[in-house]
Amino acid sequence: MKQKLSKISLLAFISSVFLLGTETMYAQTGVSDNSDDPVAYGLAIAVESEKRDTGFGDFTAELTMILKNRHGETSERYIRSKTLEVIGDGDKTLSIFDKPRDVKGTAFLSFSHKEGPDDQWLYLPALKRVKKISSNNKAGPFMGSEFAFEDLSSQEVEKYTYKYVGDDVFGGMICFMLERDPVDKKSGYSVQIVWIDKKEYRPVKIDYYDRKSSLLKTLTFSNYKQYLDKYWRASEMNMVNHQTGKSTRLEWKDYKFATGLTDRDFDKNSLKRAR
Amino acid sequence: MSDQLKWFSLVAILVLPSYAVAGEIFGNISIETRLFPQSPLAKVQGRNNLSLAFQPEYYIEWSGGYQSFTFVPYYRYDQTDDERTHFDLRELQWQYITRSWEFRAGYRKVFWGVIETYHLVDVINQTDLIENPDFEDKLGQPMLNLALINDWGTIDLFLLLGFRDRTFAGEKGRLRFPSTIDTKNPVYESSDKEKHLDLAIRYEHSLSIWDIGISHFIGTNREPIIQEGSNKNNTPRFYNSGDPVLIPFYDQMNQTSLDLQATADGGLLLKLEALTREGSTKRFFALSGGLEYTLYGIKGTNADLGILLEYHYDDRGEFATTPFENDLFIGTRIALNDVQSSDLLAGAIIDVDTGGSALVLESTRRIGDSWKLEVQLRAFVNADKNDPLYGFRNDDMLQIELFKYF
Repeated sequence: MKQKLSKISLLAFISSVFLLGTETMYAQTGVSDNSDDPVAYGLAIAVESEKRDTGFGDFTAELTMILKNRHGETSERYIRSKTLEVIGDGDKTLSIFDKPRDVKGTAFLSFSHKEGPDDQWLYLPALKRVKKISSNNKAGPFMGSEFAFEDLSSQEVEKYTYKYVGDDVFGGMICFMLERDPVDKKSGYSVQIVWIDKKEYRPVKIDYYDRKSSLLKTLTFSNYKQYLDKYWRASEMNMVNHQTGKSTRLEWKDYKFATGLTDRDFDKNSLKRAR
Repeated sequence: MSDQLKWFSLVAILVLPSYAVAGEIFGNISIETRLFPQSPLAKVQGRNNLSLAFQPEYYIEWSGGYQSFTFVPYYRYDQTDDERTHFDLRELQWQYITRSWEFRAGYRKVFWGVIETYHLVDVINQTDLIENPDFEDKLGQPMLNLALINDWGTIDLFLLLGFRDRTFAGEKGRLRFPSTIDTKNPVYESSDKEKHLDLAIRYEHSLSIWDIGISHFIGTNREPIIQEGSNKNNTPRFYNSGDPVLIPFYDQMNQTSLDLQATADGGLLLKLEALTREGSTKRFFALSGGLEYTLYGIKGTNADLGILLEYHYDDRGEFATTPFENDLFIGTRIALNDVQSSDLLAGAIIDVDTGGSALVLESTRRIGDSWKLEVQLRAFVNADKNDPLYGFRNDDMLQIELFKYF
């Protein structure tokens, strides 16, 4: 009964925020202009963006989350994560919590899927217990932050329907603007507008609209760095909630690609001994 | 503290400093107060109480994380109950990991099962019952453990090196039986007593919505049969000229168990634990079944509301050695999902035969970055004379515990 699952359902996973990068080798061969058919064009842009981030294999990274309330008071979380690319399905991710101290050692294993609910297990170090948990919590906040679980989970093309809505300039980059509707009815959003830079097919900004179609949050990606001369990762992601005045900044560091991770690093045994 | 524990701790304390530079030290210290509004049943029992606990943890890994060492001592000081003032080695283990197997040696804690209110099939570690009457706290168990990893599931082999006696509240403590339990003089069925070697094997696998575990255990039962005796001559079942006490009797058992969870789409978890056990009494069957249904983001807020329903059955009926022979748990769990991770669990365990109930409320909230406050409220209603909870009937309790993490 001491099971502190609730608290930990906070732990979602952070897999493929990364899946949204691109690779330079395709930079000259982007999607051909087809703005007469915005649905087909929107999908083609999303597919191209995913394609450019395919083949990374695995990576590890360290994450600091800085939560800020409307009075400017901050609170921090430290998380280490490991991700394994699964060709033909969503990624596998293991997240280990270092801070806040009372959840230190808590670990979260997620197998995301292109279709159907993700598989998620939580490890509670005080009880040495692994518990399979429901993935229905996608619209809920991740560790009390402004990121919902669904904002941080694997962004597979199949999870949305798309429409190209125009071009725009953001942060000095010429961008496609895509409207994307979540397929899953359990999503907390009616629609999202995504700005994708035309050169590298990376997301640079996302507006989230709530179920009542009011603007809820804006996420901006900055300080992109390229790894293995191919895969782009934003070093900073800032989410601002327009309705509450709260915000959460993610700072990623120590990205390591091709570390040799295998399925064995993402099983229930590895969850129990995650450190 | 047993000699074995002392010896292990001494070695750990002497050896550790030379490695401590490379490892990591963290843990928590806590202060707890228990408030009892009712007078105790026996005059000797204490009233409101203060207690302190300290649980540091030392961890070091090498060979790229494939080998590691963990040391977790635990100490609690209690103002009133000498038994509750106790030391334990929660963990002192070395592990070696390869692609296809994992080996661990030392004091460890192992959890089996899926149910929330009572862990029927979880039989490797002894319960540190004096910590909290909820059966959640466990004593470290010395063991050798080999896990064989396969595509079709994991096989865990356990050789359990010695037995730990269950802890119980002392004469001055609350939440105890009407007579005190003579924990200094337990009786064992095996002539090897607490040095009996126990064996266990477990198969575990996850497949689509199913998480399954099948286990077999041969050795000393962690659950004592409580017998009447006297503190002058520790012969169970017979009264001599000393004061009457209760003597724990640990029999040998042969148990096969199953634990199963279905994680259905839609926020519904279905759970089952079942066992069949042969001991000094005839073979019996017990099961715990339950469900957990969670509504996420209730009324447009960030909060989650969970409903818990669990049922416990033991076909020994009134001779069961657990308090849960025909009992129903109904409860709710609320998680605010706020920055402080505030949550609350409230419910009642109801004995279907007698109507006796244990009411429970537990709530936690983080304070700042490294503090946590936990509040527990327990009340015992209509406890029947034959119910193990009868001795708790005047021990309704508000417990407030503040943790500092470092």
